[in-house]
Amino acid sequence: MSHEMDHTRLQRVISGVKRPENPSMLQATLAFSSRALIKIKHVPEQMFDVTVFPIIFLMMFTYLFGGALSGSATEYLQYLLPGILVMTVIQITMYTGTELNNDIRKGIFDRFKTLPIWLPSTLVGSLLVDVIRYSIAMTIMISLGFILGFRPDGGVVGVSLAVVTILVFSFCFSWIWTTLGILMRSEKSIMMASMMVIFPLTFISNVFVDPETLPGWLQVRSDKSDLFTDYGCSRINARNSNLTRSYLSNGSCSHSFHHLCTTYNVLI
Amino acid sequence: MDELAIEVKDLVKSFGKERVLDRLHLSIPKGIVYGLLGPNGAGKTTTVRILSTLLKPDGGHVKILGYDTEKHASEVRKRISLTGQYASVDEDLTGLENLVMLARLLGYPKKQAKERARELLEAFRLEDAAKRLVKNYSGGMRRRIDIAASIIVAPEILFLDEPTTGLDPESRNEVWEVIRAFVKGGTTVILTTQYLEEADQLADRIAVINRGKLIAEGTSNELKDSVGLSRLHITIVSEKDLNEAKKILEQKLTIEVQIEGMTLSAQVNNPSLVASALGELANRQIEITDFSLGRPTLDEAFLNLTSDSIGGVEG
Repeated sequence: MSHEMDHTRLQRVISGVKRPENPSMLQATLAFSSRALIKIKHVPEQMFDVTVFPIIFLMMFTYLFGGALSGSATEYLQYLLPGILVMTVIQITMYTGTELNNDIRKGIFDRFKTLPIWLPSTLVGSLLVDVIRYSIAMTIMISLGFILGFRPDGGVVGVSLAVVTILVFSFCFSWIWTTLGILMRSEKSIMMASMMVIFPLTFISNVFVDPETLPGWLQVRSDKSDLFTDYGCSRINARNSNLTRSYLSNGSCSHSFHHLCTTYNVLI
Repeated sequence: MDELAIEVKDLVKSFGKERVLDRLHLSIPKGIVYGLLGPNGAGKTTTVRILSTLLKPDGGHVKILGYDTEKHASEVRKRISLTGQYASVDEDLTGLENLVMLARLLGYPKKQAKERARELLEAFRLEDAAKRLVKNYSGGMRRRIDIAASIIVAPEILFLDEPTTGLDPESRNEVWEVIRAFVKGGTTVILTTQYLEEADQLADRIAVINRGKLIAEGTSNELKDSVGLSRLHITIVSEKDLNEAKKILEQKLTIEVQIEGMTLSAQVNNPSLVASALGELANRQIEITDFSLGRPTLDEAFLNLTSDSIGGVEG
């Protein structure tokens, strides 16, 4: 192919291009959401942790602990499912944080920074796709739960409220990893950090066992953290016994959301 | 109206204790390829990152097309585009998806974004690779999609940070052609490179940077001349003419001439005078068997310039 031809073609694509209006916040956010969705399309394996893992966790813990803790698996499932729902979703909240870290290290974030966009849309877009991930994981777990014999007292309303609570909480919680994604050196270190926080906190919370049975010093902690409020409140919602606590929890979530947004803006 | 594309004054930037840019001055006219040449760690990338508003300088100021990069960053961003040294497209997306995403982020509605992406892929001869993931692209294709992504909205100034590092000669030539086409179309291209040949071939003007300082600036010919290394060698036939030849050369070229055997040699500051000196030798019937005027390569000029500046700092 001749260079002359190339020249004309190249010059044609750069001449007479009118600059479009800058995209709105929503347009930019949607563009980043579709980026995350396209990535799922190209690498469907990344959905294992919201499809296969929840199934494994739920089956494993139900049948492993059920007999020992509550006498029967079905009995234990009533207690376990709301908690393990939160646990599974919390474990995938670091997704966007690691992705952001990747973008910054590889250099594409530099390009985003020179675009005429509302910069947080880079994050909000992919965090919204995370909400889809969370929903898939929860749908799978609740359906499987029903098959295994989970019968929530709260009915449809209670379960829906529980799901919404977890979604809002996880959306807020993922900002922690997103913030770390800006600060930390590699995606591995974010994984490590999140494991270090999530794992112990999950096990000493009331996901698996009633905190009443824990030694005193551990019980105190479970009253003080958002994470535990949320564990508690999703369970409560599912059983429809105390709705006010759930709104309380939502309030504190949006508080932490605001806080993290501010931190994020300052950092950027 | 300001005719400069970029004006940099007293630019200072430190990372920790290390001073990466040390009172850098640059004046870059519009519509040319401007090369920032320097060894690794000279401060080229830092300069480009500051010019493209990605980094804030510690001191000094930068005006891009008349806009201050700190006060009017968004005005600057509308007019420039950067292709960094590292990935500036998403490797996990196809070429088409990348361009469509970026076009939408620049404000194109979905349909126009697709049209524009296809147009660019075609111009960069990437139609066949449109639906392949970028991580499976060859080095040359990778560079082309990077550059295509930078010109979705044609910028007035395009920054290319080491655009040909790691490319094979063929892909490198392709990138050079692309750059030449842009400049013909009126874009100002700022190019960093550590390859002298690249600067020599492409850049209309070159700034040689070392240790965060500007140590020389000009066209590649001016840089070669400024080193004053051009060396004239003339070998004559008969020994009796030696002294006369020496006198003629010294007179015509106003320089000192050394004699070694039958060869006269001299450092020439103004190569254009050599022709008349040769003419005079012919007039006097002095026969020449060999003649050479060694123009310094940009390599020699560069080594000379950078070693001077190192000597200046350390000595």
